[in-house]
Amino acid sequence: MTSVVSAGRKWGESLSSRPENVGLGVMLGLGLGAVALAAQWVKGPSALLVAVAMLAMAIGLIYTAFAGGLEARKSLAPYGLLKPGIIWLCLFFLAPLWSMVVMSLSSKAGRFDFFPDFTWNFENYRIALTKFRPQFIRSFSYAGIATLLTVVIGYPLAYFIAFRGGKYRNILLGLVVVPFFTSYLIRTLAWNNILADEGPVVSLINTLHLSGIFESLDIMQNGKLMNTPAAVIGGLTYNFLPFMVLPIYVSLEKIDVRLVDAAMDLYSSASQAFRKVVLPLSLPGLFAGGLLVFIPAAGDFVNAQFLGNPQTTMIGNSIQDQFLRQLNYPVASAMSFVLMIIITIIVLIYTKFMGTEDLA
Amino acid sequence: MDNSTSQVIHLDHVRKQYGSFTAVEDADFTIGRGEFFAMLGPSGCGKTTTLKMIAGFEQPTSGSVFLEGVNVSTVPPYKRNVNTVFQQYALFPHMSVADNIAFGPRSKKLDESEVKKRVGDMLDVVRLAEFADRRPSQLSGGQQQRVALARALVNYPSALLLDEPLAALDLKLREAMQIELKRIQREVEITFVFVTHDQGEALTMSDRIAVMSQGVVEQIGTPVDIYKKPESLFVAGFIGSANLLPSTVSQFDSAGGTVMLQGGGTVTVTRDNVASDVTWATGEEVTVMLRPEHLHVTVERPAGDALQAEVTDVVFQGSAVRLVLQLENGTEVTAIVGGDVDLPFLRPGAAVWLSWLAASPYVLDGWPDLAGATTTNLESIEAAL
Repeated sequence: MTSVVSAGRKWGESLSSRPENVGLGVMLGLGLGAVALAAQWVKGPSALLVAVAMLAMAIGLIYTAFAGGLEARKSLAPYGLLKPGIIWLCLFFLAPLWSMVVMSLSSKAGRFDFFPDFTWNFENYRIALTKFRPQFIRSFSYAGIATLLTVVIGYPLAYFIAFRGGKYRNILLGLVVVPFFTSYLIRTLAWNNILADEGPVVSLINTLHLSGIFESLDIMQNGKLMNTPAAVIGGLTYNFLPFMVLPIYVSLEKIDVRLVDAAMDLYSSASQAFRKVVLPLSLPGLFAGGLLVFIPAAGDFVNAQFLGNPQTTMIGNSIQDQFLRQLNYPVASAMSFVLMIIITIIVLIYTKFMGTEDLA
Repeated sequence: MDNSTSQVIHLDHVRKQYGSFTAVEDADFTIGRGEFFAMLGPSGCGKTTTLKMIAGFEQPTSGSVFLEGVNVSTVPPYKRNVNTVFQQYALFPHMSVADNIAFGPRSKKLDESEVKKRVGDMLDVVRLAEFADRRPSQLSGGQQQRVALARALVNYPSALLLDEPLAALDLKLREAMQIELKRIQREVEITFVFVTHDQGEALTMSDRIAVMSQGVVEQIGTPVDIYKKPESLFVAGFIGSANLLPSTVSQFDSAGGTVMLQGGGTVTVTRDNVASDVTWATGEEVTVMLRPEHLHVTVERPAGDALQAEVTDVVFQGSAVRLVLQLENGTEVTAIVGGDVDLPFLRPGAAVWLSWLAASPYVLDGWPDLAGATTTNLESIEAAL
């Protein structure tokens, strides 16, 4: 009798000595459960998944129940903090993602059939990659140029606020964020007026007879600023600039200015000191800013829609069009998934070359 | 003095003004080759500003800074052959210890093999060879301090400037680093200019000390001179502890004389007890400085000069006993007697006599702001500033 009790206790102890297993079990269970529910909704290959998920959940719960004892509960506490986040991500990220992947491999039985069937239909991906190749390329080049422009404009701005802002620092930072008080759409539409053919900018350029220069730089086309690639890129740059300024500011602000003194004391001129000390120490901010600008800019459709023309369509516009106008969910899903994969690859490469984890 | 070889730094009537505030007033002194020179004073006395003018981070409002005989007053820091050890070290957090040390030589575009050799040598001097690949954040305070030293010394500067280098360390480490700094200075034979507010540190390490107060250099001299023969009441009170007793001159001539303490008692003064150039008339206001360790405490009145006092407090300090006493006129003085003295009369309330050797008192011009013991309470010093 006692031996049974002690064996049970031993098992409990061995479990509680690896609380991370318990936590992972619970998360896995919850995650798969949510995925299975989503799969059910899109009529995908879900029956098996539901079974697996239920099993995983059951295992997770059993683990938790048996890994009793105060010690185990204590070491589980950090995982408890993760719960809201995990649940949120499962419900609103993993599940939709799964549903999107399933959808991207489905096909519509008929034009008016609302729920497509899962048929391993890779044709959707072929369409996404061939028919919409120009939009993909355009999206990434526009987003890339816009990211570079936000660096060129945002770094000096952040530098000035961090090192020369003095007591006006917070006000200046506030001004950077102030545009966010207006809606994204309104801000973008405002550029419509500013860049319009009869608007102030075009008038000024014409008065100064500078249109030739702008035309040769391909910023103006046929005497217009509106509905050009430059306008779209400009809109992206404007809208995402704060996402570049703020992280750079944060990393610059942390730099001890005496490091610059030290560099100058050690025979570096001001520009060398910047290159060898300030710039490397601000890389984490630059890195974060690059991600925060490039990723949403690549998927953006608002700027291209309001400031561009049919030749400046970005992938976001095409996805929106396929989803909402053509109601072609499978192709739209395939496009979305391809976009995600490409961004992930770009980010991985970017991280590899700008990897800054040892700078933190 | 042979100017070209023995003098490394020369300040020629240097003044620094920020708006209407004068940070440094007429600093005019010379620092010799291989010297360990301290600038000592309370915070805000202008010592760091003076150091920054030598380093090149500040430029004098008037006057000139000479380095190795060359006027460098307007030369930027990266073109001056002096290096600074910053107060919080200012090590580059994104570089290894070796790269931190190599920063200066690499900026000077030295050959990489030469850089490697110098860095290796310097790591040995500061005994950090096994930490070469660590980041500064992985080192202790004392180790970071030594990296900062190595990073500056690796450039073989004309002078090394140290801005409160030990302030961030705790007491034990500070004492160890004082000895370490002296060792390194002897080893590299480079002029060290050292800024500190800690008079103990300055006395322990320096060859010469410049005592500064409110932008003015009050006195420059060896630690012994500054301690024994202060030229101003500020120096007398700031360096070590002192009992400053306001007095008037009874009689004084070329052989010496006597002064009368306020509240009674006389002190016999010889030429050795005063600065060499003083001439005092009868009735002039002077101050007698008596160091606490020079006071003898007895129950019976001894022969010669003596003062009656009442013990108000007895503080056992291990190696010594510090007595707080009150003179008849209420002035508080302190005396330090050996820790082996365990006499029953040393209790609060006891009436005792204070006496001293003829060479002990030192007499200065003027009256102190606060009569009696100084530096035993920091507030009075701060308040006097």
